[in-house]
Amino acid sequence: MDFRFDIIIDYMPLILRGTMLTIGISILSIILGSILGLGIGFGKMSSRWYIRWPFQSYINFFRGTPLFVQIFIVHFGVIPAIIGRTDPFIAAITALSLNSAAYTAEIYRAGIQSIDKGQREAAQSLGMTNVQAMRYVILPQAIKRMIPAFGNEFIVLIKDSSLVAVIAAQELMYWSQAMSGQYYRIWEPYLTAALVYFILTYSLSKLLNYIERRM
Amino acid sequence: MQPIIEVKKLSKSFGSVTVLSEIDARIMPQEVVVVIGPSGSGKSTFLRCLNLLEVPEHGDISIEGQSLMDKNTNITEMRAEVGMVFQQFNLFPHMKVLDNITLAPLRVRKWAPDKARAKAMELLRKVGLEDKANMYPASLSGGQAQRVAIARALAMEPKVMLFDEPTSALDPEMVGEVLTVMQDLAREGMTMVVVTHEMGFAREVGDRVIFMEGGSIVEEGPPDQLFSNPQQERTRSFLSKVL
Repeated sequence: MDFRFDIIIDYMPLILRGTMLTIGISILSIILGSILGLGIGFGKMSSRWYIRWPFQSYINFFRGTPLFVQIFIVHFGVIPAIIGRTDPFIAAITALSLNSAAYTAEIYRAGIQSIDKGQREAAQSLGMTNVQAMRYVILPQAIKRMIPAFGNEFIVLIKDSSLVAVIAAQELMYWSQAMSGQYYRIWEPYLTAALVYFILTYSLSKLLNYIERRM
Repeated sequence: MQPIIEVKKLSKSFGSVTVLSEIDARIMPQEVVVVIGPSGSGKSTFLRCLNLLEVPEHGDISIEGQSLMDKNTNITEMRAEVGMVFQQFNLFPHMKVLDNITLAPLRVRKWAPDKARAKAMELLRKVGLEDKANMYPASLSGGQAQRVAIARALAMEPKVMLFDEPTSALDPEMVGEVLTVMQDLAREGMTMVVVTHEMGFAREVGDRVIFMEGGSIVEEGPPDQLFSNPQQERTRSFLSKVL
């Protein structure tokens, strides 16, 4: 089998541009998904069922349907309905953030509920409000426990961002497919893509390990 | 004289199980009241109702005449006046000993950092642990952790201190150091309600002992009288097992 490094080098500028977009989409989706997920997680922890219900339904929908389908719905349905035209970049970030929020919501909830209830009681008995107890006592302990689960979720999100190539968001997978189409080659474009994704996810997991050790 | 805590017809059940039925009690200023009874008698639930960690279904609890069940009462503010010490210490593991003690004075009482710190150090000296100020709770023994927890509650300058089996999770050799701190507190005139299995403490430090069983107060009185001459058969039977 011949392996043509020359076509990889030819495509390198586009691969790099795609990689930058993959990183951009991933980081924005991680941030937006984590913020949205925090709200949804708290909503789901409400003691009132009618507050809990919409958040629970949100989680059920986004975890229970394929991300691939969600990307199409957002790209061809939701985004045009809001801004009047399609936009692959906005659709990609929207779909990935909405999807990721469902998973991070459960990470927040599990992390917070894993803290012994005696901690909240001690805070309350000292006259702290629920918000103070959460901010100074529960969350600082819970976040440390959430880090491994967040690492998992972020890695999945980076890999799943390859799906947005189907709506022509010009990220890493999009350019790999273009390269494959242009040269009628399989191994060079897709092994290159696989390697880049691996470098991204591996670096992220190393970074999160470091953060966890430091906390 | 106005009682610090007044409990009227307090009842609570978990599902179909009645844990407290129609409890009446008054805790007077500077009084040390010890609550004893078999496990499942409702004594811990009773104590936890006094700062509304458990919400009673019926009856009323007042702190210095202000009802906790009144909808206009700010429960958070009332809790700041009632210190609580837990069986499992419940120190905040992510904070140093000093920060455990200063957290509530800083955030709830809005004290200046200097004042909170000085108060914390004074209390740590009092419980004999000033050298542990910059340690994390994980490096303390059980007895030390519980003494820090007492200091943490005292830092809020509460009107009354509640102790929920404060020595039950300790190794036997550490029980004494915690009881000594509590005894000193009592001597200084702190109003205290103590749920405990330490009958020696009840007898020596208690002004009044309440014996609970099955969610009711069976008998109460001065320790000498209750321990040496119990009036109720159920009290006698319990005491014969624990003394």
